[in-house]
Amino acid sequence: MSAVQPQAPAARSDPYGPKGLALTLESTGAILLALIWILPLAYAVWAAIHPSEYTTNFVLTAPLTLGNFSRAWAAAPFARYFLNTFVLVTMILSFQLVLGTLAAYALARHDFWGRDVAFALILAQLMIMPDALIVENYRTMARLGLVDTITAIALPYIASAFGIFLLRQTFKTVPRELDDAARVEGANPLQVLMKVYVPLARPTYIAYGLVSVSFHWNNFLWPLLVTNSVEARPLTVGLQIFSSTDQGIDWAVICAATLMTSAPLLIAFLLFQRQFVQSFMRAGIK
Amino acid sequence: MNTRATATVHGWLLLLPAMACLALFTHWPAVASLIESFYSTPRGRRPARFVGADNYQQMLADPIFWKAMSNNLWFALGTIPTSIALAMLMALWVNDRIVGRTWVRMSFFTPTILPMIAVANIWLFFFTPQYGLLEQIIQAFGGSNTNWLGSQDTALYAVTIVAIWKEAGFFMIFYLAALQAIPPSLGEAAAIEGASRWTYFRRVQFPLLMPTTLFVLINAVINAFRMVDHIFVMTRGGPDNATTLLLFYIYQVGFSFWDTAYAATLTCVLLLLLALVAFAQYGWLERRIHYR
Repeated sequence: MSAVQPQAPAARSDPYGPKGLALTLESTGAILLALIWILPLAYAVWAAIHPSEYTTNFVLTAPLTLGNFSRAWAAAPFARYFLNTFVLVTMILSFQLVLGTLAAYALARHDFWGRDVAFALILAQLMIMPDALIVENYRTMARLGLVDTITAIALPYIASAFGIFLLRQTFKTVPRELDDAARVEGANPLQVLMKVYVPLARPTYIAYGLVSVSFHWNNFLWPLLVTNSVEARPLTVGLQIFSSTDQGIDWAVICAATLMTSAPLLIAFLLFQRQFVQSFMRAGIK
Repeated sequence: MNTRATATVHGWLLLLPAMACLALFTHWPAVASLIESFYSTPRGRRPARFVGADNYQQMLADPIFWKAMSNNLWFALGTIPTSIALAMLMALWVNDRIVGRTWVRMSFFTPTILPMIAVANIWLFFFTPQYGLLEQIIQAFGGSNTNWLGSQDTALYAVTIVAIWKEAGFFMIFYLAALQAIPPSLGEAAAIEGASRWTYFRRVQFPLLMPTTLFVLINAVINAFRMVDHIFVMTRGGPDNATTLLLFYIYQVGFSFWDTAYAATLTCVLLLLLALVAFAQYGWLERRIHYR
């Protein structure tokens, strides 16, 4: 406690930062819009933690309950769906990282015949996203005998143009001198990659990882098509089947299930808000 | 040139795993869709046979196809400008030292990380007739009953609003990053010149945000053709195809009617639209945007 903290330099005053009445007006507008934006989630929380008769009856004295969660949990194999989604996002991310790292390294630091063509072919996936190719990809999976497996959900996504592009941009910023120094020490190209490039690209890996996990946790259309059993279905598809069948439209239970499926991401987001926001920023700027 | 040859082998070996996957699940399916669009759908013991442009003729005569195209156009026109404008406004607000800034930013961003399929359930309840939340608010103000998702006039608006809600906060992040990258000296200089807040935005901030706007615009256009998850929960394309978007129609044709050749034909239209977006980006917009 004895060490004197260095005085942080005073933040430069922003001449266009609103003051007084303008600040009040701007804050009011922003808070009103934020309230609208958070309303669906807030409402889902309200419905989920109160008995069904209070779903549309907003009285502060409504009793709290966790019964909706246990009813939802008992009504569908959510434990299995959680496991499937967990396996799915882990599988996709690990393959994406390995494939992306190798390809990005080649594109960033190797000069070879056909590199620019290869890069253009990779970037094509940014436009032709796998979602547009559901019909043909389904045929491919049927031919490979993979329909209704987690592998089939993962396969179209494990080579990610976005990831390759992001890592290539990062690898390009690594100083050549570090690369040369490692080679002088006798490291082979793969060792250089693992010892020099990968550690320096850590922030990019974290950013990409968060974006990839949130995307595939939430992905719906392709998993819906290519799975038809509890053993392969991820959470999103499980939730859709749960809420569209024979629930007698019990909104309280549906809201509980909805929150349950979003909870891991939502809690991670609330805990690591800064990293999430910065990761999405970083992923977009490159 | 032995080293050059070695470099080529090394380079392609490193690329091989990723390229193989891309070839199998992106390049080949795109080409296969094109080929298949000229063949008939194999049914039972009848194999696919070459039918020329029959599928395309069927498509041009298909009223649901045209309905899906016009729905998608309105969906795009509804979501793209609104979500971009809202994103910019949100970023400008959150960039200032407003009251409750962290909380406000969190509220805007939260829809981004929630599964669309999950939040669509909540929105479905918002729009439910009689006892839905929106209906209750309207009744409290003495309004009359509207079946938002059940009426052809309003269903497309409803799914458009959900899409805007979902993506505006995501786009806000990019604007926020760009705003924070603007050097404070520009604001100080503008203030010395006596420029108003509006002039500063219009002449300094807005032009400097243009590269971000381009990036966000491309994303918004792609999303306009990709976001269909909420359709599955909220309307399933109804009522009477009022909310059928192109990708949803591809799903219906391919996986409900199992007419794979026609689905491939529709896929080609979607790919063509996406290719047009790519060309617009590189050919036209890139030249018109002033980079620092």
